[in-house]
Amino acid sequence: MDIEADYDHSLPEVMLTYYRRLYPFRPIFTWLNHDHTPTRLFTHREWAFTLAGDVYLRYNSFATAEDLKKQVCDLNPTRFEIGPVYSARPRDRKTVRPSAFQPVQRELVFDLDMTDYDPIRTCCSDADICKRCWAFITAAVRVLDPAIRDQFGYEHLLWVYSGRRGIHLWISDKEALDLTDQERKAIVGWMTVVNSGKDSNKRLSVRTSSKSLPAPLQNVLENLKHTFTTLILRDQDLFASNEAAAALLEHIPDQEIVEKVKTNWINSACSTSEAKWVELLKTVRSSKSSDILQAAMEDIILYYTYPRLDAEVSKHRNHLLKAPFCVHPKTGRVCVPVDPEKVEEFDPEAVPTVAQLLRELDSITPATNSEESGNEHHHSDWEKTSLKPYVDLLNRHASSLMEKTRLEKRTQGSMAW
Amino acid sequence: MYRSGERQVAHETRETNALVENNGLLRYANALNFYDHPPLFDVTVDEFETTAIDRLRVLAEIESSLARNRTWEELKAITYAQYMKYVPLHTSTFTDAVEERRKDHLGHYVLRLAFCRSEDLRRRFVKAESVLFRVRFEQTEIELRKEFLNSRNFNWIAVTQEEKAQYHQELYSMYQSPKQENRADAFKKEKFSKVRWTRVPDLVEARRVFLKSGWAYVPGREQSSIIFQEFEVQLEKALEATSRLIPRLDEDSRLIPVLDNLSQGFVAGIASEWMNAAGSSSSSDIRAEMVDGLAKKHFPMCMRGMHENLRRDHHLKHFGRLQYGLFLKVLGLSIEEAVAFWRKSFDRMTDDKFSKEYKYNIRHSYGLEGKRANYPAKNCLQILTSSPSDVGCPYRTFSPENLQTALLSMYSQEGLKSSDLPEIMSTVKAGHYHVACTRVFEITHASCGVAKGEGIGGGESVTHPNQYAARSMELGKSKKEDDAME
Repeated sequence: MDIEADYDHSLPEVMLTYYRRLYPFRPIFTWLNHDHTPTRLFTHREWAFTLAGDVYLRYNSFATAEDLKKQVCDLNPTRFEIGPVYSARPRDRKTVRPSAFQPVQRELVFDLDMTDYDPIRTCCSDADICKRCWAFITAAVRVLDPAIRDQFGYEHLLWVYSGRRGIHLWISDKEALDLTDQERKAIVGWMTVVNSGKDSNKRLSVRTSSKSLPAPLQNVLENLKHTFTTLILRDQDLFASNEAAAALLEHIPDQEIVEKVKTNWINSACSTSEAKWVELLKTVRSSKSSDILQAAMEDIILYYTYPRLDAEVSKHRNHLLKAPFCVHPKTGRVCVPVDPEKVEEFDPEAVPTVAQLLRELDSITPATNSEESGNEHHHSDWEKTSLKPYVDLLNRHASSLMEKTRLEKRTQGSMAW
Repeated sequence: MYRSGERQVAHETRETNALVENNGLLRYANALNFYDHPPLFDVTVDEFETTAIDRLRVLAEIESSLARNRTWEELKAITYAQYMKYVPLHTSTFTDAVEERRKDHLGHYVLRLAFCRSEDLRRRFVKAESVLFRVRFEQTEIELRKEFLNSRNFNWIAVTQEEKAQYHQELYSMYQSPKQENRADAFKKEKFSKVRWTRVPDLVEARRVFLKSGWAYVPGREQSSIIFQEFEVQLEKALEATSRLIPRLDEDSRLIPVLDNLSQGFVAGIASEWMNAAGSSSSSDIRAEMVDGLAKKHFPMCMRGMHENLRRDHHLKHFGRLQYGLFLKVLGLSIEEAVAFWRKSFDRMTDDKFSKEYKYNIRHSYGLEGKRANYPAKNCLQILTSSPSDVGCPYRTFSPENLQTALLSMYSQEGLKSSDLPEIMSTVKAGHYHVACTRVFEITHASCGVAKGEGIGGGESVTHPNQYAARSMELGKSKKEDDAME
């Protein structure tokens, strides 16, 4: 117990040790830079630090990964964020004309946050998250990941667990980096089905005059039906409470049917969500105006299962987003990349905390010290901890980006020749 | 790929230009113009300016239409009427077509020079110009549109029948047919083309196209969306390039003042030269004692305020006198009446002092002394951009609270209610002062049958205090006649 208290992540020296010995600066550099030698993608990139006591330092930029590490260790921030690539070095911004300091490139980012799911989850609320509500995130990744790859043709997607209750997506394709704010807004519009935020009304923005669902949504609907049954009806048992069941019936446009369903629920003593849903389905199928109702039923499934995006994060190039491998100040968990192929197996509660990682280091330190001296090798200490698989994931992602750059250079070279 | 394609087109056009330099109709083959090439012909400084001012009138009206949230149909009708009045452009070919198209071409490029200077001006110019282009595009017959589209390489790839069949279900599910037609039939006839999705962000956002690997499959009916987008992007780029080059302009001090003047034109819409076309409003001569009554019923806020100050203080400062005096002159107050009016208004001074210090200036403004110039009354643009020492436009200079109180006290008798204020205040806040003024005109003349959006006739906005007052008096007169008839 004593040891655990020693490694409280709110202690500055604990964070400092984490940055000095574990934080994977080099992989982060290659991921942002797409190359071995620093390019504008790194040198003109904004970094923002949050220090203890809510001090916020914007417009930092660094020439190399070592530079970045040095500054992080000097400032010892509670967390730091990555911003866009500007037309000039952010730290020089006061020496250039305002018009010459504009954001020009930025990974396309998406943010999914469990708070947007509060109306439709029963297991926890607000900042809490458990393995059960992670299933919502899983469902969202299962929809978004293939959709972005297929529809927009992007290949370099990095999913990062936010450390508490959400997941971030960073898209590093060349075309995605270059998107303007207007184009980012367009993507968000294309992706948004359920309006999130406080004014999330129940109407979905999906149907055009043609009444049928657009093709991309039809395709995901089949999968979402399955999610709906397992997650909403069985696991969450959402409609067990009367309020939630009443909210469900608000989606049905036909008042007569709503009344009929209500009496049926009482008559056949439905208490579980599944029973209520089956009863609702039966009533709907027996009614006449089936086209509108069919659409309403589809809308219900989308409403309860379709990913809910925090749109504001994606719309603007100059939005800052927390860097991967930062430590979440509340939970002490590291923001680690998530493999979308294995997102079902991912358990947010099993993500290593700083305390755990430092304890792992302790157990190997004596051996290391006897063989090596000094601090030079500290940057690869993560290899000996449970952080390794996650850093490896980022490294694989970064090397696919570098491979792309290499190929581009080669074709350019051959054309010039 | 895209760049090189464009360069090739430019190259070809240049070659054909050389061949047909003297044949205007080939130069301007279509009434629609993407303004790819600058005008390369001689113009007089005068033509340079007037052409631009005429075009600016149309653009200013488009801006105020947008600020007033007019529907697209309304905006189209008003814009059409405006450009046919100032920069007529007929779609069919006829004898004057070349002249019209030349003027259109020139006006566009002059305004580019005037509006490339700041981010804000560029943005507004691009917006107004692309609306104008859209209106014209929609007015053009289908055949000519096609001709225009074929004349330019938009770099879209036609979707083959096989590909259409392959994605049949997806394309069909997102397809919206024209209203009258059967959806399945219309779909069969539809020709799709594909472009990178970033060229049609509005269609993507509204989920109106099918996306695959970053390609958007755009149905023929939506292709105009690509063109409008292209127009905006091109113009934006061109304006930025122009702004970088303009300091190097070989300028002989004749053009820069013109351009400066033009770029101010967006503040208040382009000012109309509201000269007193002798006799139009002075047919019923205005006498000094009538001014009180007229001010209450017919004056715009700036002049109304000036009149009230004069009554309260029994005096007006120099620039106020000049501005108000010229306004009254154009309204139809003769020199004798003007002297009488000012003498009576300054009732706390001796005859001697008045004759010595004020009479001369009044006569001067009527062109009877000094250099004997016939000074025009100040227009909204001049009032809005005047220095702070002058009496400016109340919509601009008053604090929001004062403006609301003043509006209510001045115009509540004419039918302005406090429920109208939020709308007026929001346009003021957005900096559209002339729109606010126009709206007040509409509200206070609702009893004469002026509807919302009609402005001072034909949807035009207020650009001159005299225009406001003259129109108001005209309406008042015809209303009186109507009442008498009944």
